Amino acid sequence: MSTTLERPAATPAFQQVSTGRKVKNAFATVLVWLSFLIAVVPLVWVLYTVIANGIKRLPFSNWWTEDFGSVLPDEVGGGVLHAVIGTLLQGLVCAVIAVPIGLLVAIYLVEYGRGKLAKATTFMVDILSGVPSIVAALFIYALWITTLGLPRSGFAVSLALVLLMIPVVVRSAEEMLRIVPDDLREASYALGVPKWKTIMKIVLPTALSGIIGGIMMALARVMGETAPLLVLVGYSAYVNWNIFSGEQAALPLVMNNERATNSMDPGSVGFDRIWGAALTLVLIIALINLLATVFSRLVAPKKK
Amino acid sequence: MRAGDRIFQNLTTGSGIFVVALIGLIGIFLVIQAIPALRANKANFLFNHGWSTNDPANMAFGIADLAEVTVATSVVALIIAMPISLGIALFLTQYAPTRLARPFAYVVDLLAAVPSIIFGLWGILVFAPAIEPFSHWINETFSWFPLFAPGNVAPNVRGTIFTAGIVLAVMILPIITSLSREVFERTPRPHIEGALALGATRWEVIRTTVLPFGKAGYIGASMLGLGRALGETIALAVILLIPQGRNFDWSLFDGGATFASKIAANYSEFNNPTSAGAYIAAGLVLFVLTFLVNFGARSIIAKKGD
Repeated sequence: MSTTLERPAATPAFQQVSTGRKVKNAFATVLVWLSFLIAVVPLVWVLYTVIANGIKRLPFSNWWTEDFGSVLPDEVGGGVLHAVIGTLLQGLVCAVIAVPIGLLVAIYLVEYGRGKLAKATTFMVDILSGVPSIVAALFIYALWITTLGLPRSGFAVSLALVLLMIPVVVRSAEEMLRIVPDDLREASYALGVPKWKTIMKIVLPTALSGIIGGIMMALARVMGETAPLLVLVGYSAYVNWNIFSGEQAALPLVMNNERATNSMDPGSVGFDRIWGAALTLVLIIALINLLATVFSRLVAPKKK
Repeated sequence: MRAGDRIFQNLTTGSGIFVVALIGLIGIFLVIQAIPALRANKANFLFNHGWSTNDPANMAFGIADLAEVTVATSVVALIIAMPISLGIALFLTQYAPTRLARPFAYVVDLLAAVPSIIFGLWGILVFAPAIEPFSHWINETFSWFPLFAPGNVAPNVRGTIFTAGIVLAVMILPIITSLSREVFERTPRPHIEGALALGATRWEVIRTTVLPFGKAGYIGASMLGLGRALGETIALAVILLIPQGRNFDWSLFDGGATFASKIAANYSEFNNPTSAGAYIAAGLVLFVLTFLVNFGARSIIAKKGD
């Protein structure tokens, strides 16, 4: 930050810095560096745990092609295909609902929003981003299962994830829409293009790369949620493609289920399965984030 | 206005209204579902320590224990995370070489991308055994101090509020750090340059310009971290051990359940609407609590932004 003005160019005209002040300064420097290192330790430790313990099961092809339905809880074998399918399906359905709503809210805030409603919307988006996932799950439970009388299903989970995904989509899309230059909008209006067409054909495509990046990162985040899964869908060890009915696994649910039913001694089947599922989830999240980066580069407006 | 324009404007405005209404809907639906259970409750909902909801005809439940454990874990997490986040934010804005500040910030943000169930499992399976000697030592050396007294999950000291608080601190680090960093970055250059011109050391520059300028933002950021800690569910459900028959006694070596972890751990009781209502009532309290904390945090941050 302050590299240019760290010290005066000429020798200071005033006295040397006293020892007490020097010591305080050095002490503060050490503390500040230390606190950064303290934050890095758990990150490296968690990632090491996930990778070192998870890697044992992943290279076996049945990890990716089978479910746990045909193996005993304490038997080596089987795979997480059922959970990968559940995680991806629930995430996809959530995105299909949350993305249009989030985008429309962001467009409203940037292009139309004035006055009290816009302020209220901004504020409520912030509040929504602070709603705990278990509360979102209880709300969908109260709405979907108790009030409407519909069954617990993967779709109910998707609905709860929608609540958690909307604020993230709104925030990132809003930021991207705001940096689209006004010149573009004005040029379009000058040609007689209606406002809605200008937004759809000029503003959105210009901001698209950043918006897609934000959406994918929001998606990666909600895929790791566990609380809605516990309340809104039962665990199944079998593949279930039907998101509207029946029990459906997801990767966090596999971890929780193994924890609850199996021995947690290091090296046991349950232990390996937990970290295998964790590594699979981390890989999926990393892959989505990577795709987000690659995709936004591809869609970015071409420069000559 | 053209028809297309009108439709599009109404659509976007409608979405805005939808989001505003959503918060209200969450509150209303939780209240409606909680009322039958609260009516059937034979105990004082706010002050009773027990939680017995198995028999719908004979329910007696109160949130006193849940509230205490929620507050205890969150406060422990906040006490650990606040100074460290402050240090990291200062490191990223004032100390880290400019070229490395962004990648370093990214590293801290990565902590936020780790799913919370992974933090929970790491906390109980890897971290708790690793710090067991340390927690034993604190427990034995400082047992005269009520907070470190032998708790209800002794002699095994895993699955305690002590462990949970530390893991929770790691989980709220990124949110406090990233917001504080944003505020500290906006410290006016003339203030910093003025302090430097007076011969201030780097620490003195921070103490006299960056900290006073960023104080409100840092407090707001910490409150957002508190909001996150209050609502954290699965990591705490995995880590905290629930002791049989003993209430929370304000020892860090106690186990227990927070609002969120209690609900998550007992989802199997949801097949009965009246029992489920008791948990929804607990969820409603959590919702109000996080709403107030977030509301306060956002107000502080928004005021600073003007």
